[in-house]
Amino acid sequence: MEQIITCINCPVGCRMTVQISDNGSFLSVSGNTCPRGAKYAQQECTIPKRMITAVIPVRGSSVPLSVKTAEPVPKKLIPEIMSELAEVTVMLPVHSGDTIIPDVLDSGVDIIATRSLP
Amino acid sequence: MTDQYVDILIIGAGPAGLAAAISARESGMESVLVLERESEPGGILRQCIHNGFGLHRFHEELTGPEYAQRDIDRIRELDIRVECGVTVLSLSAQRIVTCVSPVYGFRTIRAGAVVLAMGCRERPRGALCTPGTRCAGIFSAGTAQRFVNLEGWMPGKRVVILGSGDIGLIMARRMTLQGAKVLACVEIMPYSSGLNRNIVQCLQDYDIPLYLSHTVTDIHGRDRLEGLTVSRVDENRNPVPGTEIDFECDTLLLSCGLIPENELSSGAGVEISGITAGPVVNNHFETSVPGIFACGNVLHVHDLVDHVSDESFKAGRAAASFVNSNNVSIGFITIKDGAGVRGTVPQKIRLDLSENTELMFRPSAVFRNATVIAEADGKVITQKKAMIFTPGEMASITLKPKDISSVSGNSLTIRIESED
Repeated sequence: MEQIITCINCPVGCRMTVQISDNGSFLSVSGNTCPRGAKYAQQECTIPKRMITAVIPVRGSSVPLSVKTAEPVPKKLIPEIMSELAEVTVMLPVHSGDTIIPDVLDSGVDIIATRSLP
Repeated sequence: MTDQYVDILIIGAGPAGLAAAISARESGMESVLVLERESEPGGILRQCIHNGFGLHRFHEELTGPEYAQRDIDRIRELDIRVECGVTVLSLSAQRIVTCVSPVYGFRTIRAGAVVLAMGCRERPRGALCTPGTRCAGIFSAGTAQRFVNLEGWMPGKRVVILGSGDIGLIMARRMTLQGAKVLACVEIMPYSSGLNRNIVQCLQDYDIPLYLSHTVTDIHGRDRLEGLTVSRVDENRNPVPGTEIDFECDTLLLSCGLIPENELSSGAGVEISGITAGPVVNNHFETSVPGIFACGNVLHVHDLVDHVSDESFKAGRAAASFVNSNNVSIGFITIKDGAGVRGTVPQKIRLDLSENTELMFRPSAVFRNATVIAEADGKVITQKKAMIFTPGEMASITLKPKDISSVSGNSLTIRIESED
């Protein structure tokens, strides 16, 4: 199977053609102009990952709390993580870097605060 | 008579103002004051909760609030005074500022040097000449970003985005993640002005269609927006009859460009460039009015905050050096935009250039395998090759002091030459 992927590492934006086997494993990539493209293509067609950022309401604060995943998480988890975030209750004060949800959905990645609220 | 004197007065506590304040203090200035209109420092970074900031400066990907916090922490360490909730009303060529705030009332402040760091504004609906009714539900993308990320409420449920600038793309993802349905992103040009990575991560990831060479040709709704008509445009950007698509939606977000906010600068008589819409500056980021400096998005709209900080550190240092020595240039070389180049900053280089200076500009089109050339009197002064230049990415070329001393005339032209 063939898949076309636009590289997002730099502004050149190479259009790469990736060959994938029938069982979904990565075979080869062409169209990239540097090794970073090859690495991105491999990740993108095996387990594409993204950082997620969002805001959640905080009791007692008129300003919502901005949060992020501490590392990129598999793209397919995004809707479920957003649902988790809609349920979470946070108490003041919060410090930037505090863990809000440890090991979200057993992904091995924490949700952490990206700002402080006194 | 003024109420107060400070050596360095900085207008705006966004990334530009904070960096200028830090470098002015680090250059030995004791009395540095930053005035900020909002209730806390950080500027527009406060509402940019997505990540991707700081890759150049800190070699890691931070969110907007995290990036701002690094500078705010440094400001606190250096004990620099930042007054929030203060609106500057006017600035004069004599560097006297009038301002108001609920805490201090009306004040006049005289400054040894002023750094303009007011940032930019979004192009509003009125400037786009979009036809249709004046119903509610039409927001600039940055306003919607503020509502969602700082004030915690959603502007609408079914959304169309006009313009494919980065803020529009980022908001397409934000609105989707927070539960809205984004129906389309509509761009009048045949290409997106946003970064590739944002097209992939913000539109393609969420199956949001991007309509290139399309624009909004009608807006429906009496009290609240009810729908839009979108049409394809020809090569002269005129709508093509018969290509109309109707969208049922309650919200339209506009992401159609940013304009440096220079009302205060103009009031002081600062010369404004017709191309960048920011002040004309020399390599010390000094405007046409001695002792008034400019940096960040008030000077020219940047793609990356890292570049804003970098530029503003230089402006803060230059402002400090002005207060210390009041040094006046012996003359300038004027920098001109040549073929393929728009909005080069700085526009003037001092003849007594003592350190390397980066000239920043926007390519006017996409060029592959191209060379940017600095040329004077038909002679190449310096050049730099790149695989690609695109209008969405600011480009630069560095001039060395010896490059300037080799210029015999009074101007230097920057142009792009493509091999294709």
